[in-house]
Amino acid sequence: MTESLATVSYIGAAILFILSLGGLSHQETARRGNLYGMIGMAVAVLATLFGPRVGMAGIPWIVGAMVVGGAVGLTLARKVQMTQMPELVAFMHSMVGLAAVLVGYAQYVDPTAGAQFAGIEKTIHEVEIYVGILIGAVTLSGSVIAFGKLSGKIGGSPLLLPARHWLNLIGLLAVIYYGYVFATGNHEQGMQALIIMTVIALLFGIHMVVAIGGADMPVVVSMLNSYSGWAAAATGFMLNNDLLIVTGALVGSSGAILSYIMCKAMNRGFFSVIAGGFGTGGGKPAAGGAAQPAGEVFPITAQETAQLLCEAKSVIIVPGYGMAVAQAQHTVFDITKLLRERGVNVRFAIHPVAGRMPGHMNVLLAEAKVPYDIVFEMDEINEDFPQTDVVMVIGANDIVNPSALDDPTSPIAGMPVLEVWKAQTSIVMKRSMASGYAGVDNPLFYKDNNRMLFGDAKKMLDEVLFDLESCGKD
Amino acid sequence: MSLKIGVPREVMAGEKRVATVPDVVEKLIKLGFSVLVESGAGEAANFADETYRAVGAEIADTAKDLWSSADIVFKVRVPSTEEVALMHEGQTLISFVWPAQNPELMQQLAARKVTVLAVDSVPRISRAQKMDVLSSMANISGYRAVVEAAHAFGRFFTGQITAAGKVPPAKVFVIGAGVAGLAAIGTAANLGAIVRANDTRPEVADQVISMGGEFVTIDYEEDGTGVGGYAKVMSEGFQQAQRAVFAKQAKEVDIIITTALIPGKPAPKLITADMVASMRPGSVIVDMAAEQGGNCELTVPGEAVVRHGVTIIGYADLPSRLAKQSSTLYATNLLRLTEELCKTKDGIINVNMEDEALRGATVIKDGEVTWPPPAPKLSAAPPQAKKSDAAVKPAGHGQKSGPLSTGAMVLMLVLSGALLALIGLGAPAAFLSHFTVFVLACFVGYMVVWNVAPSLHTPLMSVTNAISSIIIIGALVQVAPPLANATNRPESLILWIAIAAIALTAINMFGGFAVTQRMLAMFRK
Repeated sequence: MTESLATVSYIGAAILFILSLGGLSHQETARRGNLYGMIGMAVAVLATLFGPRVGMAGIPWIVGAMVVGGAVGLTLARKVQMTQMPELVAFMHSMVGLAAVLVGYAQYVDPTAGAQFAGIEKTIHEVEIYVGILIGAVTLSGSVIAFGKLSGKIGGSPLLLPARHWLNLIGLLAVIYYGYVFATGNHEQGMQALIIMTVIALLFGIHMVVAIGGADMPVVVSMLNSYSGWAAAATGFMLNNDLLIVTGALVGSSGAILSYIMCKAMNRGFFSVIAGGFGTGGGKPAAGGAAQPAGEVFPITAQETAQLLCEAKSVIIVPGYGMAVAQAQHTVFDITKLLRERGVNVRFAIHPVAGRMPGHMNVLLAEAKVPYDIVFEMDEINEDFPQTDVVMVIGANDIVNPSALDDPTSPIAGMPVLEVWKAQTSIVMKRSMASGYAGVDNPLFYKDNNRMLFGDAKKMLDEVLFDLESCGKD
Repeated sequence: MSLKIGVPREVMAGEKRVATVPDVVEKLIKLGFSVLVESGAGEAANFADETYRAVGAEIADTAKDLWSSADIVFKVRVPSTEEVALMHEGQTLISFVWPAQNPELMQQLAARKVTVLAVDSVPRISRAQKMDVLSSMANISGYRAVVEAAHAFGRFFTGQITAAGKVPPAKVFVIGAGVAGLAAIGTAANLGAIVRANDTRPEVADQVISMGGEFVTIDYEEDGTGVGGYAKVMSEGFQQAQRAVFAKQAKEVDIIITTALIPGKPAPKLITADMVASMRPGSVIVDMAAEQGGNCELTVPGEAVVRHGVTIIGYADLPSRLAKQSSTLYATNLLRLTEELCKTKDGIINVNMEDEALRGATVIKDGEVTWPPPAPKLSAAPPQAKKSDAAVKPAGHGQKSGPLSTGAMVLMLVLSGALLALIGLGAPAAFLSHFTVFVLACFVGYMVVWNVAPSLHTPLMSVTNAISSIIIIGALVQVAPPLANATNRPESLILWIAIAAIALTAINMFGGFAVTQRMLAMFRK
């Protein structure tokens, strides 16, 4: 295969990737989009493999490595539970980050790679290597920490070092200084600078993600997604490979858009999320003064919940992370099915940041076979709450907190929320009265038309389902 | 020592309700009280003495026994003079009292040195809704009013097309959309009638619609919302406009249900004799304000009469006509009130005058008249609604999503221009061509992804993640470049690094696409 043929194949692959992302933006075309992605990837890999830049001697090695990696990947994909998707995605981001670091190092130790460059071009080439490794390392360590947080191996609460902004700034200055050393020094010094920078970048990635609270995880996951794209793009610059640049840029901007959407859903600036900690970043005053809602909560039993559902004509279910934790989505669907058979209008309302990853709840509901045309986004359904008889909030807290709208001093003020309190009755399922990730008390619980169903979501819903089956018959 | 709650038989003629029911007795006993019920108290509401005994209540043979041994007395109707005479010092009475209408009774009760909680005086604050007997009784009255109307009305409510011909639906006009009015609207609409309603408070229009009625507006600008969410007296101009609307409705509809009340005033006369005469024969008017004089000029309180061929129902005992239901709700309201009085759950009550709800309900404390209470701190809905509207805006979740301000836009343009200029000055041509590709690709990505459906966020992320394993190409070309052998290239080191990178990205590539496929297969209509 000639150089030109390989380049043309790359163009084809790039187009397929664009089609793939485009397909993924709608339900109807999503599966085709994924197929385009696979074909594009196959074209790109084959064109490289049989192209002029890979010698025959390498092929067995490459095939071996791909078979091993592929087998691991496929096993993971098959085994993973849908509730663990955020962890899997974070884990995979770390793979891309690590690969970018490795490719960068290999490029640097290979004297033939940069041989054709001189003067300014050589400097640019080296800066590209440097930046590629930098982004790769930040992605790597950030994703590893995100993985740890999402899988519960590391505590979810933000860890805020004193003077952390200064630490970050010092890190950045050090990175720039070693970049200068790297670009101007000889090979030995360069290697040294590269290793020091990698360590700093790894620490920076860790530091960045540990400072971010659990409720901000959707932003972090999509941000890391974006980084993994930028890492690929930087590698593309380093290798003079347009396909890598295009693909990296596509992935990077897609991740950036997701991060933006997530931030908007929480009414928070991107930088205040990155700067970490709820209510502490970006010069915002610490929200100690938020009024504590007072009053009494009305507990309810599973039987009474079933009774309410039985008498309702329209029901909206608001799932949150608690549903994922309790693995309750299948029971939720059984209840939905039963109610729908009885002619009750059951719908789902999904807040953009419900769960730990963009779209997390949709995937869980899809796994439980909930048809996607009864699953609605916040903007589509928020106006319908006043006409709803019963709202069931399953393991969600901050996304249904009325103080986001009516308490300007609240740390989550201005965040759009699902206005469940406007329904005739709302039932909040929770394990206890503890506050959500934002650490904000929720006045919803004290409203007159709100009932609390305490206990494990799965267990309580099983009881509700049981009682519901009998209640329609008499 | 725990206190004894006594429940006497209602003495007023025709009253069928009872102040507590067996289900509630059980809960009162759990609160630590003992309960004494007068023999036959629940009979008219279908609660036999046996059922009370079965849940642990004692039965007193005579009213006298009951009044003398009870520490707290639960009643429905305003106590009669004879009943007041049976009371003793330190006793507590919980019942309807209507202190404004019954000043003499208040004097008599105060002379007995008792404590009286008037259930009709529980303030209208959201926390006290659970003890609001007025609402629960009004709800029942509204329902019963429609049932009475249906009984007196000679036709179906719902429209039908039958083999025997077409039946038009009945038209019902409800005046006053308070709790009773809304209950009437809902009941009539459920029976299939066309329901229209009017109220002087414009903000109830949405509630009328939500119950299945149409809101009839009166073309005259005046808000009739008075203190505490009740209606107030309207101006003469408004009343004229209102009469015109009602006269028109009277000619069109089959049934009129009136619920218009103004606190502390006689009921406004809204339906004139002329309007009644203009109605079709066989029509029905249910005047739920009969006890306060009636909304219709021809109403005879307590009776159903026929005038100009129109049945005018003026029953004042609508809740009592649904005795079992109203007793149950009344008993539950009293239970909630008792819970407030007995926070310690030990059968001892504490009339806490600091508690806003209890303060409002307590009209006599240890022989001292404490009515009327100071004005409630918080009125009903409208002011709150305004507050939340105002608060939403400054909090500004609309601003953030809007386009950037001009200043920020200019700044960004200048910055990106400067950055581009810098790159243009320093960079060689080869770099620039890659840079062009990069920038264009970013924009393509932006355009393509911008409209993604939120439900696909996760699959999109996993597919972009799989695609980012394109970085494998970087590793592929490092494994064994054809022209490598010449220089001092550390072959095996690079080989192993590259192999590791290939394996890692392969995990990502295969895993990412496979899991996306799996997820997408789950989405279905």
